Amino acid sequence: MLIDGIKYSFYFLILVLAQGLLLNNIEFSGYINPYIYVLFILILPFNTSKYLVLILAFILGLSIDAFSSTAGMHTSATVFMGFLRNYVLKLIEPCDGYEVSSKPLAEEMGIQWFATYSTILVLSHHLFLFSIESFKFSQFFTTLGRAIISCIFTLLLIFIVQLFNYKKASRR
Amino acid sequence: MRNFIRFLTKNAFIFLFLFLELISFIFLMKNNNYQSSKFLNSSNFLVGNLFETISNVTDYLNLKTENEILRVQNAKLLSANKNSFTKVFGTTVQINDTSYFQKYIYSAAKVINNSTNQRENYITIDKGAINGIKQGMAVINSDGVVGIVKNVSTNFSSVISLLHQKNSISGKFKDSNYYGSVVWDSDKNQYNTALLKEIPNHVKLNIGDSIITSGFSSIFPEGILIGTIKSYDLPKGNNFYDIEINLSVDFKKLSHVYIVKSLLKEEQTQLEKLNQ
Repeated sequence: MLIDGIKYSFYFLILVLAQGLLLNNIEFSGYINPYIYVLFILILPFNTSKYLVLILAFILGLSIDAFSSTAGMHTSATVFMGFLRNYVLKLIEPCDGYEVSSKPLAEEMGIQWFATYSTILVLSHHLFLFSIESFKFSQFFTTLGRAIISCIFTLLLIFIVQLFNYKKASRR
Repeated sequence: MRNFIRFLTKNAFIFLFLFLELISFIFLMKNNNYQSSKFLNSSNFLVGNLFETISNVTDYLNLKTENEILRVQNAKLLSANKNSFTKVFGTTVQINDTSYFQKYIYSAAKVINNSTNQRENYITIDKGAINGIKQGMAVINSDGVVGIVKNVSTNFSSVISLLHQKNSISGKFKDSNYYGSVVWDSDKNQYNTALLKEIPNHVKLNIGDSIITSGFSSIFPEGILIGTIKSYDLPKGNNFYDIEINLSVDFKKLSHVYIVKSLLKEEQTQLEKLNQ
């Protein structure tokens, strides 16, 4: 339990720094901004209390906002994602339920399950984020396009990170 | 009452969610309000220091081009120096000139964080209240207009970049003095172009005409380059041109800037307040 706590604080730090210092500087044609930090909410263990997920999402969003001078934008999107996570987990629950000690990772739950899970959550996070950013409905399709393209890149990054974990697990 | 409490505890998860969303939306609204975003932006002390350390490292990569720019600027200043002028005739009459006094003071600062890909872009610089920086001062570099100081902390300030959907700067043609406002097209999201609005249809334009600051706003000195005309169009039945301009500043490689303090700004704004 304690080890998990330390491990997840470490993940938190790494993801916030990677997002704030590295990925915020990445852009192609003003459309593509990958937001890898949402991975933190994705990989929280199944037995994390849903209230804790919301509060962690809030803190995560605040730290990202501090880096990109966008008070509230990332916070609201991440909290929204943390809120949805509870329902998405229920929706795609396997027949025999989740094991208490397992984590929602590709290596434990299978690639297909993880792909469904992360696509739903990341897409909803990006849609929320980009609609708040533009804050008007007149360019609905531009916003949609930006959200979807950025979402693809975020998912790609998430899968690359998962791939590293996969290798480590099989070598053991 | 008991039912009400049961209702609350039953839906505690949803209420916590709504509560957190409410807080973040309050942050969002406050940040849009021009004054009160001191709470969370990158002039925030901790993050500011981190950005400064990183900028110290990455600065070495740009040293060569920076030196080039500084050399060019030095050369310009030297050529404007009194020593580089000579008398036209052998004899002159000395006049004690008291009709000039200082109106603007420039101070140098370094950019430690910069963004160009948002709809609202901000720049963080390494000078703050301790260096006499105040809200509303102009920020320029040797190429032209950069932005306006928004928030100031002790050691850092954050600057609203020209690339900000709510930023608008009064600009005019260098040749004809017709003035309009320069705004950034946040939907297009290109860091090197902006729009010039409110230019009436009888003005004669050429591609490549220079747009400079008008000096009306009392923030920017008059005559600082903003950009040049890239393309223009007069839609049918419209009284105003659609003008696209190339910005003279390259926001992608911003490194050193100057902050302009206008000594007469208060006097001008106070006088103009009387009119309202």
